[in-house]
Amino acid sequence: MNENAEKQSFMDRCREAVADFGLPRLIIAGFLLLLFILSPLVGADLPTQISNTINRFSWNAILVLAMVPMVHSGCGLNFGLPLGIISGLLGATLSVELGFTGGLSFFAAIVISTPFAIILGLFYGWLLNKIKGGEMMIATYVGFSSVSFMCMMWLLLPYHSPNMVWGLAGKGLRTTISLEGYYDKVLANFLQINIGNLSIPTGTILFFILIALGIWAFLHTKTGTAMTAVGSNPVFARAAGVNIDKMRMLSVVMSTWLAAVGILVYEQGFGFIQLYMAPFYMALPAVSAILIGGASVNKASIANVIIGTFLFQGIVTMTPTVMNNMIHMDMSEVIRIIVSNGMILYALTRKTERAK
Amino acid sequence: MADKASPLLEIKNIKKEFFGNQVLTDINFTLEEGEVLGFCGENGAGKSTLMKILFGMDVIRETGGYEGEILMNGEKVDFATPFDAINAGIGMVHQEFSLIPGFTATENILLNREPKKTNVISEIFGERLNTLDRKEMDARAVEAIEKMGVSIDRGMVINEMPVGHKQFTEIARELSKEQLKLLILDEPTAVLTEKEAEALLHSVRGMSSRGIAVIFITHRLHEILEVCDKVVVMRDGFVVKEVPAGDTNEAEITRYMVGRNVDTNTDHSNLREEIKKDSLSDSSVIMSVRNLWVDMPGETVRNVNLDVRKGEILGIGGLAGQGKLGIPNGIMGLYEAGGTVVFDGKEIPLNQPRSCLDSAIAFVSEDRRGVGLLLDETLEWNVAFPAMQIQNKFLKYYLGGLIKWRDEEAIRAVTEKYVEELQIKCTGTSQKAKELSGGNQQKVCLAKAFALEPRFLFVSEPTRGIDVGAKALVLDALKKFNRESGVTVVMISSELEELRRTCDRIAIVSGGRIAEILPADTPSETFGTLMVSQVI
Amino acid sequence: MMNKTDSNKSTVQKIGGFLGANTVPIMFILICAVCIPLSGFSPSYLLNEIVTRMGRNTFLILCLLIPIMAGMGLNFGMTLGAMAGEIGLILTADWQIVGIPGMVLAMILSIPISILLGLICGKILNMAKGREMVTSYIISYFINGVYQFVVLYLMGPVIPIKHSSLKLPRGYGIRNTVSLLDMRQKLDDLIPLTVFGAKIPVATFLLIAVLCLFIVWFRKTKLGQDMRAVGQDMEVSKDAGINVERTRIISIIMSTVLAGFGMVIYLQNMGNIATYSSHSQIGMFCIAALLVGGASVDRASIGNVFLGVTLFHLMFIVAPSAGAKLTGDSMIGEYFRVFVSYAVITIALVMYETKKRRAKSRMAEQLRLDQLKESEVAEQ
Repeated sequence: MNENAEKQSFMDRCREAVADFGLPRLIIAGFLLLLFILSPLVGADLPTQISNTINRFSWNAILVLAMVPMVHSGCGLNFGLPLGIISGLLGATLSVELGFTGGLSFFAAIVISTPFAIILGLFYGWLLNKIKGGEMMIATYVGFSSVSFMCMMWLLLPYHSPNMVWGLAGKGLRTTISLEGYYDKVLANFLQINIGNLSIPTGTILFFILIALGIWAFLHTKTGTAMTAVGSNPVFARAAGVNIDKMRMLSVVMSTWLAAVGILVYEQGFGFIQLYMAPFYMALPAVSAILIGGASVNKASIANVIIGTFLFQGIVTMTPTVMNNMIHMDMSEVIRIIVSNGMILYALTRKTERAK
Repeated sequence: MADKASPLLEIKNIKKEFFGNQVLTDINFTLEEGEVLGFCGENGAGKSTLMKILFGMDVIRETGGYEGEILMNGEKVDFATPFDAINAGIGMVHQEFSLIPGFTATENILLNREPKKTNVISEIFGERLNTLDRKEMDARAVEAIEKMGVSIDRGMVINEMPVGHKQFTEIARELSKEQLKLLILDEPTAVLTEKEAEALLHSVRGMSSRGIAVIFITHRLHEILEVCDKVVVMRDGFVVKEVPAGDTNEAEITRYMVGRNVDTNTDHSNLREEIKKDSLSDSSVIMSVRNLWVDMPGETVRNVNLDVRKGEILGIGGLAGQGKLGIPNGIMGLYEAGGTVVFDGKEIPLNQPRSCLDSAIAFVSEDRRGVGLLLDETLEWNVAFPAMQIQNKFLKYYLGGLIKWRDEEAIRAVTEKYVEELQIKCTGTSQKAKELSGGNQQKVCLAKAFALEPRFLFVSEPTRGIDVGAKALVLDALKKFNRESGVTVVMISSELEELRRTCDRIAIVSGGRIAEILPADTPSETFGTLMVSQVI
Repeated sequence: MMNKTDSNKSTVQKIGGFLGANTVPIMFILICAVCIPLSGFSPSYLLNEIVTRMGRNTFLILCLLIPIMAGMGLNFGMTLGAMAGEIGLILTADWQIVGIPGMVLAMILSIPISILLGLICGKILNMAKGREMVTSYIISYFINGVYQFVVLYLMGPVIPIKHSSLKLPRGYGIRNTVSLLDMRQKLDDLIPLTVFGAKIPVATFLLIAVLCLFIVWFRKTKLGQDMRAVGQDMEVSKDAGINVERTRIISIIMSTVLAGFGMVIYLQNMGNIATYSSHSQIGMFCIAALLVGGASVDRASIGNVFLGVTLFHLMFIVAPSAGAKLTGDSMIGEYFRVFVSYAVITIALVMYETKKRRAKSRMAEQLRLDQLKESEVAEQ
């Protein structure tokens, strides 16, 4: 009966492509384009704006990439991103505590955070396997609980490095720790390109490309294929002899590790380690970024990550300046909240093929 | 006022098409007040479609409505929704319970028809804020339960009730509707114990004496003979027999139920020559199943013993819900199962899908969209995935086997091969599976199994929901696969004639057990009798 | 056949079941039992604090009961009502209507806003059946953005605000804190009463009692019955002719309106509005308190509310000082209570989801045993 579906007209295909791409996404892309056009008109410096956008893209891209494995295995959007971030923070602080400096401290931080990410990821994956179907809400609260638990730990753990602890008490980590002398901008400064006001953090982008290539390659292996199948139709995968729980667990560990690396890359760009409540709200921007990029609750690609991060960070960096210059009113925060959460709402309410 | 002479319900020339398939043709029958009508026929005979028309279900209108007339008390009716049917006095008890689990029997009996008391607030904010009149509710529930004549605890919460009482709660709900004139019971005794079924039959007689007409659908023929005034037998969308219950017997009804159409007679002669007589010897058993039980909801299997011979096509038939689907699903590890399965001399551990697949046993599931396909992925993925995961096919190795890379070219090649071989209609091998028609999706499922190059193949309902042309193609492909590659095939199907045309031997499942295994050229009537032999 | 109900549970199992069903409250009682002596607070101080906090929070928590009844889970969208209440209060503060009349006016003003927000929320939740909680949680963030837009940019230029004491120095938008000095505890002190040195906010408790009675009565109405039915099985309810979507929307609207009232009561006790943060935490704390009282995602009673509000706030009062005594750092206790709030919600959600799955597997187990027996009999 669907035989004639093959003979779709070109118009239908176009309409389908638009429907596929999603109206909200078109609006956001249009809005960003408008910002780019407006910015020179209202007197903002376009190269600076573009550099800012690219910079922020390079900081955040891996955090957004951390969504991909879990979406692929059908665990939904990783609202539990803070758990991975915490592994990264442990790696970062321990690397400083152990006296690594410069570029070495960055790689030490990655190495140290890896076992934490694996252990926390295994626990988190085990939990999510027990509550299939309710992942997103519980992931959110696992993230929150772990962040508030670590708030206590940052105070109690026996850190001693004078660069990190409160000067007066001599113990308890500071809220913000400067990375100067450690891995501040180690990646960004590598092969950095500067043309006038335009500067491109080549190293960070290369690092992202490296990691993204790794994920891309993984998804082309036998195991990666199995993971995608588990997300696409778990019963099919089971009937084909795939161990669903193991695949989901692996995806969660991968997501957690990527979040750990992601926060380290973010810190090297930003120049500071932010502790305590800082990781709290880091999941939502990453989630909405990948959704803006065209992902849905159970489908995501690396292209979604790149487009989404660029659009999202573009809006976040461009709106304040353009708005300020235009109407002397900084509404960027409000716009960011409405756009990012609106996008998540759109994704949650959209009926997926499987939900039928 | 209705004419006294006109019957309560009159069905005139009802016809119904589903996507070009004629499922009901010229249905005619009448029902008097207080008459009990037994309705029987194989699955797919059109019983449930007819009931859906009668009850005004949405699905009928969504698929283009029906032809013909329904008259109640001599007046033409056309129900747009089930609510219209209910208002006209038709009640229906479906096979699946429609009850609120945390409510008591009383609350369920009067669901959304609760007697209410007005109060000050409701007069301002509308009648939904009326309070429930619990006393009146209890009284009405008691009345309905009395009418039914089977005692159930009206204060008991549905969750805690035995299955039978849930069924009775449903019936009481229908009886509590004052306008009720016609009650349709769809396999009401399927979930009841013998005693409860007895009580139900008694209650049906009681309803009839109160002037309520009952349409009683069941596979248990003795019940029909016991309680009904009239029997209507359907087959392939036709009413093949309408007879007073007193003038017939079980054997006759069975014969009408499974009696073949004229055109299949010719196939019958062809099939005889094709049957492998040599495989009827016990010498070469490839799979032996002992004491198998499977917990597949709605298709429970109990204590099945079955020997499958090397190189044959074994058919498994039976009515829906009797457990024939549970057998392959249980052996393949998709539902919890117990017992022993020996394949080619080695015992296969149950409840592990992988163990069967590793022994080169493949399965084409009856649930195409749910189990059989990755709807959102390409045909290539669908065809190649199991073979890739289980047999490491279509992979390229790098770094001394450390990296197993998907070999897209090999995958495309194998998909193209099967697209051609099975004549799968698609725009290309990278089309998404969900965009294909049912028949072509089924072919993809077959291709997926063929790509595994199995030694043994379970095929479950291979022709369900696909058009005639595709049916023939699918069955031919299976036969060819069996005869040319020497693969043993077990085919499960609800359509007896299809099994008879395709298989060497046919096992009939009834009540979760194998009733008997017979050569495929055994007369249909014999199979029909077996189908209803142990119905539960 | 397979319809045996195992009613002969041993007492051990019963006790185990009781402990299992009440894990969270029992955990909390233990935490409080350890922390109270450590904190060193006097009983009368504790009593006073608890009574004050009960008066402040109970009304807000009660508004969560209705969506739970309708099967929509924990209504993280109650924040919407809180925002509506705040807008009402900001406007009355500007119009300088003080005391009880001010409160009443603020409540009245909040009603249309709550209804509108509740309607939006309900409609969206109907589109996201099966994941209501995560959706309502995101809605609360989304509407928070809209709220900020209204309060920060529209109040002043579009919505007239007369008094510059409310406005930010730049001339539009509301300040971070709005003082409600003229309304502060006017309701609490309306009927003065002191017992054992603890000031009892009699009028507030009366309002809470009225709401409790309303909820008890509401359960007996047709609408209440429909909500329970919809909450348990939407399909069956729909087949029975109940308008499922509408019933769900009404439950969210009711919850939102009540949350608006609750927020007015809460803020009159506090005496000021933290314009941009008062509402953001309120949902989380109310939900945590309800869960501490032993409620679950699909079942909650008025008793859960009172037990929860008592235990949760007891922990809230004693934790910082107990933490400080233990570790010498007052922040530890602060973080501890935040952690506990989140952990409680996490545990409750996990228990709810695993219970859902366990119910399924238990059914399979029963069938398995039946069939085992069957095949044994058949063999003999």
